[in-house]
Amino acid sequence: MVLDQDLVRHLSEASVSVELETPEMTLNIGPQHPSTHGVLRLVARVDGERAFDVQPVIGYMHRGYEKISEVRTYPQVTTLVNRIDWVSGYANEVPFIVAAEKLLGVEVPERAQFIRLILTEMARISSHLIFMASYPLELGAATPLFFALRERERVLDLLEGVTGGRFHPNFNRIGGVKPAYGSGSATRKVIQDLPAGFFAETRVAMDKVLYAVDELDALVADNEIIVARTKGVGILPPDVAASFGVSGPNLRASGVKFDLRKVEDYLPYHLFDFEIPVGENGDCWDRWHVRLLEIRQSVRIVQQAIDGIPSGPLQAKVPKIIKVPLGETYVRAENPKGEMGYYLVSNGNQGPYRLKIRTASFSNISILPWILEGVLIPDIIAIMGSLDFVLGDVDR
Amino acid sequence: MSFLTELFSNFWVSLVGKLLIVALMIPLVGMVIGFAEIKLSAKMQARMGPYFAGGRWGWAQLIADGVKFFQKEDLIPDQADRPVFKLAPVLVLVSTVGLLVVIPFGPDLIFRDLSVGIFYALAISSLSTVGVLMAGWSSGNKYSLMGGLRAAGQLIAYELPLVLAVIGSVMLAGTMSMSGIVEAQIAAGYPYVILQFLGFGIFMIAALAELSRIPFDMPIAESELVMGYLTEYSGFRFLFFFLAEFANMFSLSAIAVTLFLGGYWLPGIPESVLPYAGPVILLAKTFLLVFAMIWFRWTFPRFREDQLQSLAWRWLIPIALANILITGAFKVYL
Amino acid sequence: MTTKTTERRVLPGMGMVKGLWVTIYTMFRTIFRPGKYLATINYPVVKETPVARARGVIALDQEACTVCMLCARQCPDWCIYIEGHKEEKEPDKPGGRIKVRNTLDRFDIDYALCMYCGICVEVCPFDALFWSPEYEYSETQMGDMLHDMDRLQGWLATVPPDPELEK
Repeated sequence: MVLDQDLVRHLSEASVSVELETPEMTLNIGPQHPSTHGVLRLVARVDGERAFDVQPVIGYMHRGYEKISEVRTYPQVTTLVNRIDWVSGYANEVPFIVAAEKLLGVEVPERAQFIRLILTEMARISSHLIFMASYPLELGAATPLFFALRERERVLDLLEGVTGGRFHPNFNRIGGVKPAYGSGSATRKVIQDLPAGFFAETRVAMDKVLYAVDELDALVADNEIIVARTKGVGILPPDVAASFGVSGPNLRASGVKFDLRKVEDYLPYHLFDFEIPVGENGDCWDRWHVRLLEIRQSVRIVQQAIDGIPSGPLQAKVPKIIKVPLGETYVRAENPKGEMGYYLVSNGNQGPYRLKIRTASFSNISILPWILEGVLIPDIIAIMGSLDFVLGDVDR
Repeated sequence: MSFLTELFSNFWVSLVGKLLIVALMIPLVGMVIGFAEIKLSAKMQARMGPYFAGGRWGWAQLIADGVKFFQKEDLIPDQADRPVFKLAPVLVLVSTVGLLVVIPFGPDLIFRDLSVGIFYALAISSLSTVGVLMAGWSSGNKYSLMGGLRAAGQLIAYELPLVLAVIGSVMLAGTMSMSGIVEAQIAAGYPYVILQFLGFGIFMIAALAELSRIPFDMPIAESELVMGYLTEYSGFRFLFFFLAEFANMFSLSAIAVTLFLGGYWLPGIPESVLPYAGPVILLAKTFLLVFAMIWFRWTFPRFREDQLQSLAWRWLIPIALANILITGAFKVYL
Repeated sequence: MTTKTTERRVLPGMGMVKGLWVTIYTMFRTIFRPGKYLATINYPVVKETPVARARGVIALDQEACTVCMLCARQCPDWCIYIEGHKEEKEPDKPGGRIKVRNTLDRFDIDYALCMYCGICVEVCPFDALFWSPEYEYSETQMGDMLHDMDRLQGWLATVPPDPELEK
């Protein structure tokens, strides 16, 4: 039997197409999760491993900072404000006190400004070291955690030696830094200046931090698996970043050269010589690498500051009971996580009338629905980790 | 003495004896390797590891962990599929136990010298895939389900390189029986890794993937899925998985040593000493490979699932096939 | 000036080898030279002494306290509970004025609420409160975290002398 040519051609062109129906699944990442840096909840609608709609739900850690500041005095609010971004404790206090000093019109002595700058840069090193520790852990490598935390202990010991607290120094007072204990008595006035051996210990600690940063660089940065997991993942174009209000290392990794330390004058950064690391692509690898380079620059600033610190009083002459005059002001600073701003409204009392806190992480995670569209679930974790946010900073 | 040899030549007595030894070896090997892992990983991270359990060294840490697991409450989630949930860890442990049977510890020290030794070993080790999938599916938890599905994809993908990598060694030896392969290496005078370095590399990578260890631990993925398919397991069911992982590390490393590194033989050891020195040599070589597995686990992060799959299908399988081709040509023309 | 995060050219595979090298030499250093390279200590067998200024616990000098209530008022958490009464003391010279002094009945600090900020120690005008670096006072019940007057007096013995300052 001879096959009909038309039939043969028809049969050879036939194909069966079957559409596999894969129903979507709603996966709750958080609020209790090893990788969300706190109690962040992501409601992810996923199809297999690919997420196509991710909505963050925040507010699990709201502590009412702005409301509670209305009924506290300035030293008390300084204590509370340490705990917003608890990883970098000292850097949260500085813009608040600078705002109060601007309204009061008081001039801060040079030595106090230098001490503030040194402690802020140490807080920055401490915060970036925590990032170095936790980000590879989310990708699966467990060892950089211990290397980074080992060096962070040295920096925290330095902070403790000066201020008495590792994470929450509470060392700023209006007019300068905390001058003394027993400020009212004549018998015992303990000046809270830098303790003996601080400069030598700081130099040693900074050298060890640089060595550990080189070790982390060798362990993590060139590792092929890390590069495969983070290069090209979570690319954030600079115009999108600017439009969402992203700030800090995330913005710099996208290629925007903007650092508030060079723009604002809340601390004497103009006296020091340091560079601003900028990324090229805006992917996770760049965000990691920018923070690594920032640690090196912070170490440079601390070393210059120690060599050139002037002597002098620790606090300007201010009355015992400080009443800040009427007025309102906004001071912004470069927190390790990004831009942190305090909008202070005062009505002449001992405490703020209204304090609005603009935190970096709140704006940084507003890009999550945009950037997490259509990515795989392991990439969700990688991108979230690279943004380096802390829930206390998000929810206040 | 003659009474004992007569007793053990009885089939049933020797069977019971062998079963007892295998059953005891699994927890023992699991605990020793587990202890090595926690201490070595601690040293790699500039810390000390467990110190207090049992005195200065902390050697009793895993015994204490075992006792702790035994006395925990047996939690089964409400939505879980109870028979499947209970059966899954048993399957994984059974496949591990089955692997130990064909490892030659000495010239005549093998539990059962099957003529299809390596074929049997690879077949039994793939039973654990079914166990893992059962664990992920029956837990009634979306995270476990995702872990189980990732495991299914990964373990199936890496079975092929595992199997293809050993074929080169089998071709050189000419037999599938495990003790036969060691004897062929003794006769040749060199371990097969010198010729089969590609096969050895692929076997080790595929073995890491079969064990779900970092860098291939997507199914567990602690920072994403909170232990993946193991999330809902607690108490002695978790102990089964835990022991199975460490004992499987030992078994797969021992198979790699037998196939590629010369088994219980070292060049220069006289034949008469081999029945006594054989187990020691095998254990030493196996622990070297286990150390390498621990070293890799604590240095590298984990691959993403699609990168895993592309590594297996696009790189390891073609290289393994090329290895077989070259070995075949070598064997025919030389 | 900017520093760019440029791509580094390495041979394929060298990144992983570098990582393996870092791990293995850390392991050998920790095993063979623990004195220099071991980063952890065996608490509670070995304890680290905190620095002199560390804020561990607050000690009270009852003799110096005049129940002025400044510390209780300035505490952000209101965790200091003070009660006192006025007592009459004998005059210095016979026929002089009777002195009326405040005496402490109750001075409790609730360490479950305390934020360890130090405002109370700083504002006390009579040097009655001191910082001490003691930190091992955990309890099993929340109620035991309320340290009463005598316990606070007991901490006074652990207050270190003030550290020297940098020149």
